[in-house]
Amino acid sequence: MTDLPLLQIHARPGVGMLSGTRSFPEAAREALADPQLRRNLGHATATIRGKRAKVVAELTDWEQLRDSGRAIKVATMVELDTHLERLEERVTAAGGVVHWAADADEANAIVTRLVQATGHREVVKVKSMVTQEIGLNEALLAAGIEAYETDLAELIVQLGDDLPSHILVPAIHRNRAEIRRLFLRTIPDVDPALTDDPRALAATARRHLRGRFLSAKVAVSGANFAVAETGTLCVVESEGNGRMCLTLPETLITVMGIEKVIPSWRDLEVFLQLLPRSSTGERMNPYTSLWTGVYPGDGPQEFHLVLLDNGRTSVLADEAGRDALNCIRCSACLNVCPVYERTGGHAYGSVYPGPIGAILSPQLTGIEDNASLPYASTLCGACYDVCPVKIDIPSILVHLRAEHVETNRRTHRVPTPEAVAMAAAAWTMRDAGRWRRAQQSSRLGRLLGGRGDKRQGLIRSLPGPLRAWTGARDAPRPPAETFREWWARERGAP
Amino acid sequence: MTARAAMLGRIRVAMGDGVAVPEIPRDYRVGADLEPAAVVRMFAERVGEYRATVHQASTESLPAVVAAILAGSGATRVVVPPGLPAGWLAAVAPVTTVLTDDGAITADELDGVDVVITGSAVAIAETGTIVLDAAPDQGRRVITLVPDHHICVVTAGSIVVTVPEGLARIHPTRPLTMISGPSATSDIELDRVEGVHGPRNLDVIIVSAEGPAEPA
Repeated sequence: MTDLPLLQIHARPGVGMLSGTRSFPEAAREALADPQLRRNLGHATATIRGKRAKVVAELTDWEQLRDSGRAIKVATMVELDTHLERLEERVTAAGGVVHWAADADEANAIVTRLVQATGHREVVKVKSMVTQEIGLNEALLAAGIEAYETDLAELIVQLGDDLPSHILVPAIHRNRAEIRRLFLRTIPDVDPALTDDPRALAATARRHLRGRFLSAKVAVSGANFAVAETGTLCVVESEGNGRMCLTLPETLITVMGIEKVIPSWRDLEVFLQLLPRSSTGERMNPYTSLWTGVYPGDGPQEFHLVLLDNGRTSVLADEAGRDALNCIRCSACLNVCPVYERTGGHAYGSVYPGPIGAILSPQLTGIEDNASLPYASTLCGACYDVCPVKIDIPSILVHLRAEHVETNRRTHRVPTPEAVAMAAAAWTMRDAGRWRRAQQSSRLGRLLGGRGDKRQGLIRSLPGPLRAWTGARDAPRPPAETFREWWARERGAP
Repeated sequence: MTARAAMLGRIRVAMGDGVAVPEIPRDYRVGADLEPAAVVRMFAERVGEYRATVHQASTESLPAVVAAILAGSGATRVVVPPGLPAGWLAAVAPVTTVLTDDGAITADELDGVDVVITGSAVAIAETGTIVLDAAPDQGRRVITLVPDHHICVVTAGSIVVTVPEGLARIHPTRPLTMISGPSATSDIELDRVEGVHGPRNLDVIIVSAEGPAEPA
């Protein structure tokens, strides 16, 4: 049962993984000081950018597919209630059971109860962003149920007691040598002669998980798409761990955000072209599983679908921000983002990092809980260019920055230094004399420039209240002469 | 109020009334004008790029091709779905044990099987994709998953060019598996390597009445 039924309700703070304990600039500083991390990220993102560009260029109708993908998502959200009801009806008719969860706690309680009802205390998991978002593994553990991640990258994260840092490749921050050391330390009976060849590392994961798959009785998955018209669920993957989890156990529990529903079977023809090419840079991912309810004699005989809100309906209520829900989690925007490439995913503090995370996380939690994320961007627009469903991420970032400033104005009696600075700038710029005098005095900054890097003409740290500005960026040293002075010298007094 | 009612109510409040549902443009390519031989060539080439092994056969030579692959792999235990055309196995050496899945073979038993041989429902040339829909010549999903080697027969007539053409030929509510190459991962430094949990070896035999196509 849910209180406050029709209010817009954000994801509850402290439950799951949607916001970090530190602000983005604080967390980013640590990441930027780690040269190994920057090398790993630089290598991986450059590789995937090249692959994506190649397979996207192969399709002459890529832009038409993007237009269609965007329109399908926009249209879906307009009638989201109808599509969810239809999905429920079709899944139920095919022998599945549909559950509704308003927030992370409700979803975790439903899954825990379903696992307990089977009498088993272990579940195998397909990689799923949404179960990370709600902190399902931790909730299951608290109930004495062990959840085993089976995706290679998720396994690396779980064995290392680490946090995911990328939507597609959660262990992107680890290189092969680090993964080899982790496997030697954490997997029982690993050959000490294990090399860091990715093939050998993948084979180690195969042996480690084989027995677990064959004996698994309960699996938990997410979903990439759910077709309302037919009640068909879709999981897109590469390794076969997804197929194992979706096929071998007796009970399958799928948790999906309500925004994953698509109206018709035909819509899949668009997304199954957009997603693999944007995501892993392949024409098609190795395995796509599609199932509708249960099939006698083939696969799990018990199927549960948990539909999750957890702040999504409040994102939907913001007309200027709701497009964030159109995301199909390809992660192309992470791979092209100059900020992500340097800071990595952990700095964002949320399971959804990078440009899409910077607009999705603050909207799911409410801006107060993720106030620094809308600023974690240079607004260069590369994310918009690669987005397969054309989410205008830069515009939503600007919208959220404005919302943050507005929230601050309402809640702070004392104006922020930024508000004071903007008011002062407005006053100065309104009058030519004031502007001239201000520019002359700013030359004082040339002296400050000595505190930074003279060669590059940068100021690394400004004094006093201006320090906040240089906290996350360098300021250029002001020039020796203002434009007005140059004009007066070259062309005579105005 | 139940979570269901609350969520549906919140969606209605969030979207308000009178928001028009936009028209969906579908200006992307649906079909492609390609010679049948060119379709087969494209499919063979793209499946090959996933590091699957591609063979071409005529209806007559198919049993010999199947037997040769099995002999080359050293497989001794083979599983087949109940509806696999018997002729496909006609040339298989007698030392090979062939299990026909009756629906009772367990995953553990399948783990001791070397090879699975199946047919397929549809194939998509542009993406090098094979679709299995659990028809009698393909069987339960588990039999193409647990053995480490999958030999899959694709008839030339079942190959379409584009993803939209492929999906239009599939019945959505059957148990479906789309396969594009052997199991793979890009999780280590985004470098693709073949061979994780699914079959590490995939042989695809393209069968046409006239047999192997002339090289382009």
